[in-house]
Amino acid sequence: MTTVHDGEPGAVTTTASRPRPRRAHPLLVFLAKRLTITAGLLLGVTVVTFALVNVVPGDPVTANLSDQALNDPATVAAFREKWGLDQPLWAQYFQYLGNLLTGDLGISQQTGRSVLDDLVRYVPATMELAIPTMVLALLIGTGIGMLAAVRNGRFTDQLVRVGALLGLSTPPFWLSLVVLYVFFYKLGLAPSGGRLSTAFSPPPTVTGMYTVDAALAGQWDVAWDAAQHLVLPVLVLTSLTVALLVRFVRSAMLEVLQQDYIRAAYAKGLPARVVLRRHLLRAGLVPVVTVSGLAFASLLSGTVLVESIFGWPGLGQYAYRSATALDLPSILGVSLFVALVYTLVNLTVDLLYGLIDPRIRLS
Amino acid sequence: MAPLLDVDSLAVTLPGPRGPLPILHDVSLTVDEGELVGIAGESGCGKSLTAQTLLGLLPPGATVSGSARFAGTDLLGLDQRGWQRVRGAGIAMVFQDPTAALHPMLTIGRQLTEHMRVHLRMDRRAANRRAVELLDQVRIPDPERALRSYPHQFSGGMRQRAAIAIALAARPRLLIADEPTTALDVTVQAGILALLDRLRAETGLAVAFITHDLGVLSALTTRGYVFYAGRVVETGPTGELLTAPTHPYTAALLGARPHGTQAVGTLRPIPGGPPAPGQAPPGCPFQPRCGYAEPACGTSPPPLTPAGEHRSVACVVRPHLEVAAR
Repeated sequence: MTTVHDGEPGAVTTTASRPRPRRAHPLLVFLAKRLTITAGLLLGVTVVTFALVNVVPGDPVTANLSDQALNDPATVAAFREKWGLDQPLWAQYFQYLGNLLTGDLGISQQTGRSVLDDLVRYVPATMELAIPTMVLALLIGTGIGMLAAVRNGRFTDQLVRVGALLGLSTPPFWLSLVVLYVFFYKLGLAPSGGRLSTAFSPPPTVTGMYTVDAALAGQWDVAWDAAQHLVLPVLVLTSLTVALLVRFVRSAMLEVLQQDYIRAAYAKGLPARVVLRRHLLRAGLVPVVTVSGLAFASLLSGTVLVESIFGWPGLGQYAYRSATALDLPSILGVSLFVALVYTLVNLTVDLLYGLIDPRIRLS
Repeated sequence: MAPLLDVDSLAVTLPGPRGPLPILHDVSLTVDEGELVGIAGESGCGKSLTAQTLLGLLPPGATVSGSARFAGTDLLGLDQRGWQRVRGAGIAMVFQDPTAALHPMLTIGRQLTEHMRVHLRMDRRAANRRAVELLDQVRIPDPERALRSYPHQFSGGMRQRAAIAIALAARPRLLIADEPTTALDVTVQAGILALLDRLRAETGLAVAFITHDLGVLSALTTRGYVFYAGRVVETGPTGELLTAPTHPYTAALLGARPHGTQAVGTLRPIPGGPPAPGQAPPGCPFQPRCGYAEPACGTSPPPLTPAGEHRSVACVVRPHLEVAAR
């Protein structure tokens, strides 16, 4: 980075250019570092999850076999042998790690399918909720938060603050039930749950998201039906995410509004909408991106209660069922996926910082 | 000819926790076309608030009375659209701290051209051409590259030059410079002051220069106003203010000035501090700190009354003053 030095009129400063040794692009160095950290983190996740599952009281044998089967020592022994539970813990762990390196996440005791297949099945369902939720929440949350900041202390601001507090303190399951009661039971405007009406069969899998896949296959009636099924869970998740975002956006924007450069922008005679859109939004976005990243990662990790109430076969439900069954391979698979989501989202957030704020741009 | 800016009996109150706080009282001042006028006083005396009033940038809840006319326009009667036309294109402002006043995430070029395009209705190319000229005019080397730079890539002095170029971009007739050199090194200050004076001479720009440093005024301005606790306490030709002050506060400010021709060891702080808004004594606001106070000073704030040609002073005692250690 070069600094242009202040000089008196006439004293033109030139920056001496010295040949420098060729180095890898800083962005590549940055990415390499982050990926190494991610790999270490994932390894740590396997250790911790493995230990935790074996420390909690409970036995996968009793969780998975019926009472009748439990009375038969041969069945129990066969179950232990099949899942490698007769091996010492360290052997189990290294067996798992070895398989993991070849991309084998093991077989779920619950579903009998490979964990990877399960993730491929359940993750897109959750993504189909998380992506529209995040897009809507960002648009609405940023808009409302900015409005509240600009109207600081006035009626609109009070209204927004009370609304955000209400939204944050509303239990998701309660809101889901209310929304179901009103829009499904009373008004009949939306389906009660599931991803698709029974009249339709799922579209050919490309992304695993029904709306996208149906549209890709040209099955517009299926896409429309799938979209209708999205409405209520997305509504619930969006209102909760908006409530979270609004507070951050509001306080971030309030801080920016105090800055001299906002007053300077007004002093230049720019119309208010230009000042807000170009000057305020840009500067207030950095903290907002951080919170949004966390919110998005949390949505992608599945929302157990909302998915349960809307009968949505997503990652949250899968994780919940795996945990209650002490299904170690599935729990590990979900944990690894969640850890991966958080690191990737954080990486994206860091890259976005540089895009928004040139002062933290890598160079 | 009518002055470019004519402020008469301006009074401003700001909302406080216990009702409105009077900040400016009965402020009258004029700036002529192409004139460099100084406004001096301690921090918190209302200098900056005067500037904010003239740009319509007062915080919500502020009340304004009196009149302020700029080039025939009644500023205090403007609506939002009217203000947008005056700001930037009529009256422009340079802030104290260029680091804070430049948007850290927008290029200098963007900040330099965005209001040109609004006020002068220029397209992008014309605005960029003018931007290069302006950067050249404020002596920023390699203007083409500077346009693509962000403020953090500039030094403090360069940032203030860029801020001045931005202020001048939409061809204002009056520039309000609010302590534009305070945040800068002393060596850089002189360059900025010379720049403002050159711009005035070259373009006929009028400049209202706000400072707490009387020394800066002497180098630059023809007339000066001394503010104390939201009032103008003395005004006149700068040279006379500095050599023969008639208000004890002006004299005290000169005595408290840290540099100039005075000898080492003669720095004289003014005892006490200026009254907080709403807590001024009933009489002359300077009376509690004044070495010449008489009983008459405690009755009512003295009005600004003529004291010789082109000079006015708000003091009932008018003691014989010697300028400290000069």
